[in-house]
Amino acid sequence: MQLYELTISEARKGLEEKKFSSSELTSACLERIKSVEPKLHAFVTLTEEQALQQAQKADFLLGSGEVRPLLGIPISIKDNFCINGILTTASSNVLRNFVPPYDATVVRRVNEAGAVSLGKTNMDAFAHGSSTETSDFGASRNPWNIERLPGGSSGGAAVSVAADEAIAAVGSETAGSIRQPAAWCGVVGLKPTYGRVSRYGVIAMASSLDSPGPITKSVEDAALMLEVLAGHDPLDATTSPLPTKPYRQLMKEKSEKVTIGISDDYFDGVDPEIVSAVQNALHELERLGHKVKKINLFNPKYAIAVYTILQRSEVSSNLARYDGIRYGFGRDAFGEEAQRRIMLGTYSLSAGYYDAYYAKAEKVRTLIVEDFAKAFEEVDVVIGPTSPSTALPLGSSKNHPMFGEIADVLVEPSTIAGLPGISICCGFSKDLLPISMQVIGPYFMEDLILNVAYQYEQVTDWSNRKPNL
Amino acid sequence: MNDDTLTTTYRPVIGLEVHVELSTASKMFCRCSSDYFGQDPNTHTCPVCLGLPGALPVPNKKAIEGCIMIGLALSCEIALFSNFDRKHYFYPDLPKGYQISQYQSPFAQKGFIMLSNNKKIRIRRVHMEEDTGKLLHQDLDSRAVSLIDFNRSGVPLVEIVTEPDFDDAEQVKEYLQKLQQIIRYLNVATANPDKGEMRFEPNISLRKANEKDLPNYKVEVKNINSFSFVERAINYELRRQSSILESGETPTQETRGWDEKRHITVGQRSKEEAMDYRYFPEPDIPPFRWRTEEIDEFRRAIPELPDEKKARLIQNYHITDYDAELLTRERRLADFFEEAVKVGQGHGIDPKTIANVLINKKIDVETTVPAELIKDIVASRKIEAIDETELQAIIQEAITNNPKAVEDYKKGKTNAVMFLVGASMRKLKGKASAERVKELILAYLDAI
Repeated sequence: MQLYELTISEARKGLEEKKFSSSELTSACLERIKSVEPKLHAFVTLTEEQALQQAQKADFLLGSGEVRPLLGIPISIKDNFCINGILTTASSNVLRNFVPPYDATVVRRVNEAGAVSLGKTNMDAFAHGSSTETSDFGASRNPWNIERLPGGSSGGAAVSVAADEAIAAVGSETAGSIRQPAAWCGVVGLKPTYGRVSRYGVIAMASSLDSPGPITKSVEDAALMLEVLAGHDPLDATTSPLPTKPYRQLMKEKSEKVTIGISDDYFDGVDPEIVSAVQNALHELERLGHKVKKINLFNPKYAIAVYTILQRSEVSSNLARYDGIRYGFGRDAFGEEAQRRIMLGTYSLSAGYYDAYYAKAEKVRTLIVEDFAKAFEEVDVVIGPTSPSTALPLGSSKNHPMFGEIADVLVEPSTIAGLPGISICCGFSKDLLPISMQVIGPYFMEDLILNVAYQYEQVTDWSNRKPNL
Repeated sequence: MNDDTLTTTYRPVIGLEVHVELSTASKMFCRCSSDYFGQDPNTHTCPVCLGLPGALPVPNKKAIEGCIMIGLALSCEIALFSNFDRKHYFYPDLPKGYQISQYQSPFAQKGFIMLSNNKKIRIRRVHMEEDTGKLLHQDLDSRAVSLIDFNRSGVPLVEIVTEPDFDDAEQVKEYLQKLQQIIRYLNVATANPDKGEMRFEPNISLRKANEKDLPNYKVEVKNINSFSFVERAINYELRRQSSILESGETPTQETRGWDEKRHITVGQRSKEEAMDYRYFPEPDIPPFRWRTEEIDEFRRAIPELPDEKKARLIQNYHITDYDAELLTRERRLADFFEEAVKVGQGHGIDPKTIANVLINKKIDVETTVPAELIKDIVASRKIEAIDETELQAIIQEAITNNPKAVEDYKKGKTNAVMFLVGASMRKLKGKASAERVKELILAYLDAI
């Protein structure tokens, strides 16, 4: 086994037992990056020198017996997280020269946890997409089949983990941007409750939905990453003051049996191979003693309309600051997708249209929140496929302005409600592409969904498979 | 067209928006110092007030308290639910492309200020927003450039909007003085217009004297930073609009700017170019849900306001309406007065005397303390070791010897009394205070 193939937990153990140093581990990842990047293009900026310095520092601290959750662990950071002094572009031409003078709270937290940052991962420009092929710096490719899309917008992040370039990744989700690329790349993606992880320093997409979170090789790693990332931030007024939990401990200790809700509409129109993989997973969970119960959630198609209006409106507002006066590039530097979103969002917020669009979408959002609240009176978690399809061929998003909304239809309702969800691999298609399911839980019950995903992971070995690169 | 036509044919319809910068230690949504006046450009900035990608606003509790206090002092209703909204427009001094303001649910609504003629000026809303940066147009290396200073960006602003209740510029001026006085009493802002801490935007139109409905147009004048310019701008607009109306046309609905140098208003933006601000609830700041007890707590923190204080001073100390008015203009002066009255009691100095000294001698309450003042008054009393009859005689003599001055005084030249005081003082050689002499002379003159 190569060092770069390790999970965080395995790497921590090796570092603590002095089987290898952080410098060795970091170099192994950098070597791996050099060998597979030409095929995959997961990164837009590599910070090799800085990574090696951080690794050296970590080795010094490890040597002095220091214990920190990510000490010496090489990770990747999505390109929409500001890092002081490091190019941060959100993979867009508008910000192609932008070097932030400050750290995002999440970056500060992983730094304090001792992580080594390898570089910035590719994404759909400004996170507008679910393919990573709308990046202004070229598409990323799926390590399971480089003619396929990795999903997005945290496509580079998912690829970096699936291809063992990074031990773990920090991504962000607005609606599906963590779970969907994790699903298509066969890794674990955790989207925390809105407000559980700080957005400060994350280049905004849709402010009322954006949720930073981890993409990892195992459920345990996701729990550990969440322990580092989560918590109230005085710099983000929308973060929750609720205390965080010992997620790893709860994930392993909890043994009570849960009732799993499934809603038929979440399987409607989904690739039959995916339907049967998820059904097999549900049987597996039943064998573990959990109960599966049919419930009636709103058809996820309603979420598409609500999400589209809310997200486009907020995007049009959030992109207003790139007015051509600062950052070096004018509004003509926006790609087609950003331009479309700005126009649609500007329209839906205009006087005389606001009530018909934005205000109505907010009302339907409330209905969706209530729909889930009702469901969680009957069941503990909801399980469904993460994506209606496996990884689609490169170019699929071209000329499909609603590509993302369709690809993310199954994650949009829970996103709109702000609920936490985790995507985990539960099989492979005939053409050897990963299939994933998602576990959705009530607000701030990340420990519960991690627990269910962990139990499933313990009795299956899907996540041990590696792409052939 | 003359002013008579204006008063007989038309009635002014005037409303007012006032912006007041709160004097909080930090800015509205970040930790930068809000004390930007006279500082080097862009030294009070951070990712938040520069609107950098990823930065988020966190509301300043003190500023919100200040806004609610102003609302309460203006007898407003405080909404139990309120939120911030984004107001979008493009301008180089607005780094986010939107201003964080309040639209549908402001902190306070429906208040009023009572003018001295008992006219009630209704206040529509009191809301909180952030100030913008400042553009500096200047020459740099012999090129004309526009520079941006973001020190002011994000400084807390309270906007106070009235209904169109003013009949003339006089009333506007009185309203502004009262508003400034109340805000200063609350100690939430220094509200100096000349420092840009208080800014005015009147909206002005004219309706026919015999019509009740509001006119079908409205002119807003921006960029005014002094009370007297507000007055001038309104009067200029009233004349300008009435001559347009006289010629049978309707003035254009527009925004005009006040030209300080020429003392005229100039067109800036017409209705066709009116902005669509695309307001929507600020997603970065959760809405506020106040409990009634919290509002009550704010209410309890409101100090005695000028009108109440004035009434109480008259009632408690039997001073004149005029004296009470002057003493309550500033809270510090009124407090000083009351403190001095307490000290004065032990020395047999009555409130009236203290009021007189404070007002006539223009005592600077910043540089002295009440006990010191009383000591001075007691000392000045001692020099009045002169026999009352002798004093009366000297004064009478001065009056008899100066019939011209007496005549002038009777004609209304009140200054003439000072001539008589001077004549008496020369004879008295410091054995009585000028105040006392002036008092006696006035009593004589008024008795003649």
